[in-house]
Amino acid sequence: MGPEVIGFSFPNDVHVTWSLMIVMYPYITGLVAGAFVVSSLYHVFNRQELKPIGRLSLVASFAFLLFAPLPLLFHLGHPERALNIMVTPNFSSAMAAFGFIYGFYFLLVLGEIWLVYRKDIIDRARAARGFRRRLYKILALGVYDDSPEALRIDKRIVIILAAIGIPAACILHGYVGFMFGSVKANALWSTPLMPVIFLFSAITSGIAMVLVIYATVQRFAAKPISGECIQSLCRYLWLFAIVTVTLELLEVLSLSYERNEEWLVVSILYRDHLAFSFIGLQMVFGSLIPIILLGIVVLMRKYLTDPLRNMIAFVAASILLIQVMAMRWNVVIGGQIFSKSFRGFREAYRPELFGREGVVVAVLIMVAPFVVLALINRVLPLAYDEKREAARG
Amino acid sequence: MKESQTTSLPRREFMRKAAETLGGIAVVVCASGGLGTLLADQQHKKGAPKPGVGGKGQQVGVPHEYDPTHHRYVYLIDVTKCIGCGACVRACGKENDVPEGFFRTWIERYIVSTDGEHVDIDSPNGGKDGFQPKVTGFEVAKAFFVPKICNHCTQTPCVQLCPVGASYRSPDGVVLVDETRCIGCGYCVQACPFGSRFIHPKTHTASKCTLCYHRITRGLNPACVDACPTGTRQFGDRERKGDPVWKQVVSGKVHVLKPELLTEPNAYYLGLSYEVR
Ligand code: SF4
Ligand code: SF4
Repeated sequence: MGPEVIGFSFPNDVHVTWSLMIVMYPYITGLVAGAFVVSSLYHVFNRQELKPIGRLSLVASFAFLLFAPLPLLFHLGHPERALNIMVTPNFSSAMAAFGFIYGFYFLLVLGEIWLVYRKDIIDRARAARGFRRRLYKILALGVYDDSPEALRIDKRIVIILAAIGIPAACILHGYVGFMFGSVKANALWSTPLMPVIFLFSAITSGIAMVLVIYATVQRFAAKPISGECIQSLCRYLWLFAIVTVTLELLEVLSLSYERNEEWLVVSILYRDHLAFSFIGLQMVFGSLIPIILLGIVVLMRKYLTDPLRNMIAFVAASILLIQVMAMRWNVVIGGQIFSKSFRGFREAYRPELFGREGVVVAVLIMVAPFVVLALINRVLPLAYDEKREAARG
Repeated sequence: MKESQTTSLPRREFMRKAAETLGGIAVVVCASGGLGTLLADQQHKKGAPKPGVGGKGQQVGVPHEYDPTHHRYVYLIDVTKCIGCGACVRACGKENDVPEGFFRTWIERYIVSTDGEHVDIDSPNGGKDGFQPKVTGFEVAKAFFVPKICNHCTQTPCVQLCPVGASYRSPDGVVLVDETRCIGCGYCVQACPFGSRFIHPKTHTASKCTLCYHRITRGLNPACVDACPTGTRQFGDRERKGDPVWKQVVSGKVHVLKPELLTEPNAYYLGLSYEVR
């Protein structure tokens, strides 16, 4: 039994070829890119108030990076051939770029993390005993030069890497948007705005994720949360959320105004098929509410106590994380529930619960980066300790 | 190779003639029930080699002497002749072992109201079982069937987007998928504006019309062309001198699907109405 179809669909168009996994894929890559951009705000642009999350955001970016290809692998009909993307790439394909961009980015982030933590690793290698000592020795890669001169050089390289990382992050995620934007067959996807929207919403999700992780980590470590840091994150988050939502709305607006063939199907799609996930979740709940909340944080700073502000920020960031997820869903799934006949829709797609591309796998993939973060935390504490940092100078 | 061409020509001509006469009968029978479809199936069985030549799916052996650079295939669909019997869809299904619920070719039925405002379109099971009479809520001005296949586009988005080069366009103009290289990402399925592709539920690779590559490289027609009792579907080779199909295409008034997308289809339509996308 196939899905129920309203109107006329091409008979092959009733299958949702890109499943929940392809919703996860841009979501996770977006977090990678976004978190990296946040870390660069500190490392490159030297926003001192963001120091507490300078390293954390880098490590978070890495944790998500580790799992970014996983949804793709789960999705592929032949995951065992996945490396062919790099062995026999077809350079006219946007997707072929993934392997290379990913590989490059991976090395970049790894290198930057190592440099940023090098001093810590050396200190710990010297202080620890037994197994832990061996572990830190391995992590130190045999380099024990922590003279001020060496550390200065480290810092320089970090700035360079972080600076290269910004365009790299933009390419990484812009390319994900391009993968959709370049499909001219699809009325919903094929707009030049698509990569830009993806990029901005990626940065939004990255900032939101870093904020949430930072607040959580500090709480668990019983360390104070820096009000300055949260305030600053809120400002960036507010800005990027507004730009993202504006772009998202602009796209709908121009489609509706041009009234091309696409609008025939896109209008019905938004009105009837994505009413909940687009209008309700993405626009009203996901955008309006957090933008108001963040507006309060940014504009009414004087009237808010620290705990209250942190709380509002935490809630707004969490909602924005849902917003971005909803956006990915609406683009990826929304783009597949209408037929390329532009005349038919299939009933709503519901992902399977179990199974390779199901909800359980998606949740596990989403949880995995946090497990990695917890593990990293045991080796190199993620919480920001002001006193220790002050002692280090 | 030359030889196979010359021998296949008269046969093809004969088939066309036979199809035309048979088609006349079939139209009558079709109206009275599913007999026409039966008839067409019979004809397919007689005219075509055993199904499964060249194996299943798209990995098909090509004869050694076949040189793809000496051919450029065209496909012509004369919409005015189609009776919606679905013989082609069934023939394709058998020939290429097409999984249930997926289609390498299908038939669409269009019913247009007298005020031109209502267009009722359907394609039950891809037209595989023919079409049942339909009662519409409006007065009917015209009704017609439109067979669809992969257009074997010259500027094909599906090949452009394939990350590993598993989708490719052969020099003879046929767009094919290398099953042993396809990673099953489904990007090409998204990229095809015509809904011609699908991910095969068993092989987990992209699948589509090959113009029966295992047959045409042996000088035969695609199975759907041989199965069509009315001559709606015609197959030609523009590299062949005086090819009647190509002649109709260049000298007649033909149309392609979604021309605005500039994919340059090699499947042409005669008598296509504007309602069709
Ligand atoms: S019709 Fe679709 S599958 Fe066939 S060549 Fe054109 S784009 Fe590719
Ligand atoms: S599904 Fe196969 S043929 Fe299609 S784009 Fe992906 S790898 Fe290429």
